[in-house]
Amino acid sequence: MTNSKGESVAEAHGGHLAHHFDTAEQQFESGKLGMWIFLATEILLFGGLFCAYAVYRSSHPEIFLYAHRYLDKTLGAINTAVLICSSFTMAWAVRCAQLGRRKALVRLLAATIALAGCFLGIKYVEYEHKWKEGLLWGKRFHAKLEQPAAPVVASPVPTPSVNPEERSLIAPAAEGPKGLAKPGQRPLWETGTGGPPKNLQTFFAVYFTMTGLHGIHVIAGMVLLTLMLLRARRGEFGPAYFTPVDLAGLYWHLVDLVWIYLFPLLYLIR
Amino acid sequence: MQVGSGTLSLGHDLVAALFGRAATQAGGGFWMPVQGSTGAAAVDRIFDLILWIAVFFFVLIVGLMVLFVVRYRRREGREDAEKSASHNTALEITWTVIPILIVIAIFAWGFKAYLDMNVAPANSYEVLVTGQKWKWLFTYANGHVDENLHVPVDVPVRLVMTSEDVIHGFYIPAFRLKRDVVPGRYVRIWFRAVKTGEYQIYCTQYCGTGHSDMWAKVVVHEPGGFERWLQEASDFLKNMPPAEAGERLYRTRGCAQCHTVNGAVGTGPTLSKLFGHQVALEGGKTVVADENYVRESILEPQAKMVLGFQPVMPTFKGHLTDQEITAIIEYLKTLE
Amino acid sequence: MATNDPVFGAGGLGAGQNALGGDNYLSHGHGLKSWLLTLDHKRIGVMYLVSILASFFLGGIFALLIRTKLLTPGSSALMDANTYNQMFTLHGAVMIFLFIIPGIPAALGNFVLPLMLGAKDVAFPRLNLASYYMWVAGALLALLSIATGAVDTGWTFYTPYSTTTNASVITMVAGVFVLGFSSIFTGLNFVVSIHKLRPEGMSWFRMPLFLWGLYGTAIIQIMATPVLGITLLLLIAERALGVGIFDPSLGGDPILFQHFFWFYSHPAVYIMILPAMGVISELVSVFSRKHIFGYTFIALSSIAIAVISFLVWGHHMFVAGQSNLASMIFSALTFMVAIPSAVKVFNWVATMYKGSIWLATPMLYVLSFLFLFGIGGLTGLFLGALAVDVHLHDTYFVVAHFHYVMFGGTVIAFLGGLHYWWPKMFGRMYSELWGRVGALLVFVGFNTTFFTQFVMGSHGAPRRSYHYLPEFQTYHQLSTIGSYLLGMGFLVIAVNLVHALFRGRPAPANPWGGATLEWRTSSPPPHDNFAATPVAGDPYDVEAWAFDRQLGGFVPRAGGSGS
Repeated sequence: MTNSKGESVAEAHGGHLAHHFDTAEQQFESGKLGMWIFLATEILLFGGLFCAYAVYRSSHPEIFLYAHRYLDKTLGAINTAVLICSSFTMAWAVRCAQLGRRKALVRLLAATIALAGCFLGIKYVEYEHKWKEGLLWGKRFHAKLEQPAAPVVASPVPTPSVNPEERSLIAPAAEGPKGLAKPGQRPLWETGTGGPPKNLQTFFAVYFTMTGLHGIHVIAGMVLLTLMLLRARRGEFGPAYFTPVDLAGLYWHLVDLVWIYLFPLLYLIR
Repeated sequence: MQVGSGTLSLGHDLVAALFGRAATQAGGGFWMPVQGSTGAAAVDRIFDLILWIAVFFFVLIVGLMVLFVVRYRRREGREDAEKSASHNTALEITWTVIPILIVIAIFAWGFKAYLDMNVAPANSYEVLVTGQKWKWLFTYANGHVDENLHVPVDVPVRLVMTSEDVIHGFYIPAFRLKRDVVPGRYVRIWFRAVKTGEYQIYCTQYCGTGHSDMWAKVVVHEPGGFERWLQEASDFLKNMPPAEAGERLYRTRGCAQCHTVNGAVGTGPTLSKLFGHQVALEGGKTVVADENYVRESILEPQAKMVLGFQPVMPTFKGHLTDQEITAIIEYLKTLE
Repeated sequence: MATNDPVFGAGGLGAGQNALGGDNYLSHGHGLKSWLLTLDHKRIGVMYLVSILASFFLGGIFALLIRTKLLTPGSSALMDANTYNQMFTLHGAVMIFLFIIPGIPAALGNFVLPLMLGAKDVAFPRLNLASYYMWVAGALLALLSIATGAVDTGWTFYTPYSTTTNASVITMVAGVFVLGFSSIFTGLNFVVSIHKLRPEGMSWFRMPLFLWGLYGTAIIQIMATPVLGITLLLLIAERALGVGIFDPSLGGDPILFQHFFWFYSHPAVYIMILPAMGVISELVSVFSRKHIFGYTFIALSSIAIAVISFLVWGHHMFVAGQSNLASMIFSALTFMVAIPSAVKVFNWVATMYKGSIWLATPMLYVLSFLFLFGIGGLTGLFLGALAVDVHLHDTYFVVAHFHYVMFGGTVIAFLGGLHYWWPKMFGRMYSELWGRVGALLVFVGFNTTFFTQFVMGSHGAPRRSYHYLPEFQTYHQLSTIGSYLLGMGFLVIAVNLVHALFRGRPAPANPWGGATLEWRTSSPPPHDNFAATPVAGDPYDVEAWAFDRQLGGFVPRAGGSGS
């Protein structure tokens, strides 16, 4: 396809138009649609973890209520602010790409990457604290808690009476699995009598998988943005072609959005 | 009628298979095993209904398909299709609505029967079922543990089930009854056997090497028979010599799955020529297999690992009483 | 009948019909690098085709070994229990993740979709190549896991067995994770292509039904596969780090794994069947020489199935320990998802009414499909009914049901599509006689293998069983004989198609008289797909094409619009 000057459309747009697209607009819209679909897959990926969170929190609210206090709300809030700032610098960077302002674009991309690094730094501090205190997931949980916790319970073993004189109604089964409150019994965290609830490690399993997966996405984002930075420095982006920056920006906003959900759900439980 | 009778009876069998009752209390049919419980008849009725519907639609679809292939096949003078409409809203709506109504009916009936089989009557006799790799164990009200499920006929029986390790599936085909047993929780099902006899129990949830060996039996006793059996079986420790009781325990309590008594190596070391001999342990030490060693190995299997074996033996703490362990030790002493 | 059709050249018949020996996508660029680094969707499709057929062969070998063992009920010298358990796991995992999920979309869809759109390629050609290499990477990881300690958990990886067993679970699961990306990328590509690359005149409801099928499939690939991804990541974390999310002794819930797993794996079976249904829609119209019946409903039913498929996963868990309320809801929705499929079947049979039925090899596969998928779908009714499912769950009845729908449905439709598009892809016609023999052998072999399994299952025979009770032996032996017949059928098909590659009659542009756009370019197509972008018309206007005896293919009917 040629325009009035006899150039092919691809040449007229600086050679960015792929041969299977008719117009640059079609190509750009396709890229955008593709990116939104990819973001949908990311939401579903995290969705599974949010689901696990919901299941465990609804079945054992006492664990979440008790364990979340070990998280540092201040650091979490700072991290939230850091990511929101990085989204701001990212959006501004996209705007600069659209306007062809190369130097500003490079600086803003750098700022975004720096803020992401800051986020990871704070996260490292938090993780280090948990590691030292033994506040870890599953089998690795070995924290010394305020009061002695009940021992981790193995699968309930029915102990039938072997004395034929005793009329046992196979008692453990009749009561139901351990850990469930009986009707009329007040929940553990309200009794104030017992110490920490059993199975605290469940909260930390959820915490580490959610923030861990998020952290991996932050690192991937940093790599992506570094690539964008290198290309921006070479002057590859301008009003005619800024698609990669735009799409990277969409990804980065999603990463931020996921954290905005994670923060209250993990840190601000009431 | 000699000539045609073979085909006649084959045809009769075919019709009976496709359209007849799936099974009865007297015996199994083409599709189903014997109906051993009250719930089985209910399930079979729904199965029959769905079968008739399925056969009807299958014959309709394939019949029309074959008819059209024959009638409208491409041949000299019929290279093109006849003119006909490419859609017909009334027809399409009809053949959407009618199946919807049919499936709603099937759903409702299936759901009702499902609820019935999940809600046990109040006065059910309770048996505890434990699944483990690779054996079913049944604990009765008086504490006796057996490898088969014994029940009285015509009495509602409630099974309370759990697993010791991984998920197993408890299945009695004759009762049309199945439930997965999960570690860490108890599940409940119930049935009411209507016919004395023995019925098969399988494991249906894959659980490892011996999954297809997790077989057991439901033994349905005539009135009075169950109580007599329970009495006799519970007292086996009192009635039998200790070594014989130990052999019984070896067979029925999950030892035989992994430990042979004939010298062959299984998942665990053989028990033949064990007692009183040296045992080579991981880490180079050896120990004599005396009473203490055997007792410790049953209660804390990983305390002294035998060289060359995996640490997969579950603990029997809480499963075997001291008396039972003593009987097992006596049995081991007889194995040479 | 001469034509001035610009696609075939003003020179009339023959010119531009067959491009073997001339310029086509196969001869455009030589050497390994031109294939391994290609961005041409047609070449990527061919690479996928070879790869998934190799996987099918591997999975088929496992199946034949399993069936051979099952001739006898006790222990067998052929393999011990552990090996048997690994074998059925690998048969399932290879067939599902390496063959049938990529299946029709990757091997046929990649080739045909841009052609059907009159486009030069898919929206993201590099993503397409990346998706193929992800498949390769996933396949290598799966093979590595076989070599280092083959998994024996069943393809379903249920916890706690999968988190505690001594096998290379992590490697296999990582392979499946990577394969998931391959699936997502393909789906993403197809959705954007269909949205953005449709030509002038092809509105949504003027699109071929194969594309509707691929679109519905792509939606499921995009939405469901990430959930599998997180499920597998959690499984890996559980095994490697002891996270404890599925471990009851650490406060976790093994049933949660099942919910996560089936949330993907149920929609996954619709990834398998929707493209197959799309193929059948194309074939039944072309080989009845008649416009498809009920286009709108068939198109919308693909979307309906895609949506409802996300709401029925619990029907795999009626006996697993979910609440009665949940089971009720899942059962009701399961019956609802059956309706659009049933209606499609009615529409296809209605298409044949008053048609001119041409029993070429692809049409034999259509007839097989209607028969076999009919049985498969109807036996699903038994499994959707709660009380009956309690009896039939985890027995051979379920095994028979899913083989009837996946094999009798998807694989049969795949074979039909392969025989339909083979001339277009490779420029050669195959022997009709041997094509029909292959189709017949597969049909007879399949029924013999799997019908007896329904009866075994309803009698209580559990699945995944190395040992079985002697009462089932006759059923098993019949089944094994059937499986050998099946194997022979596939041998015939393979030899027929490969022989055609070298010795087949050169294919015309439109050997079957299809009205979709891929038939308006040469066989095989040129690198850029079309000499001139064709104008889109009614994709089922097959009556506008007439058979030309001299050419041995179809040409636009003189006097008609020809488009």
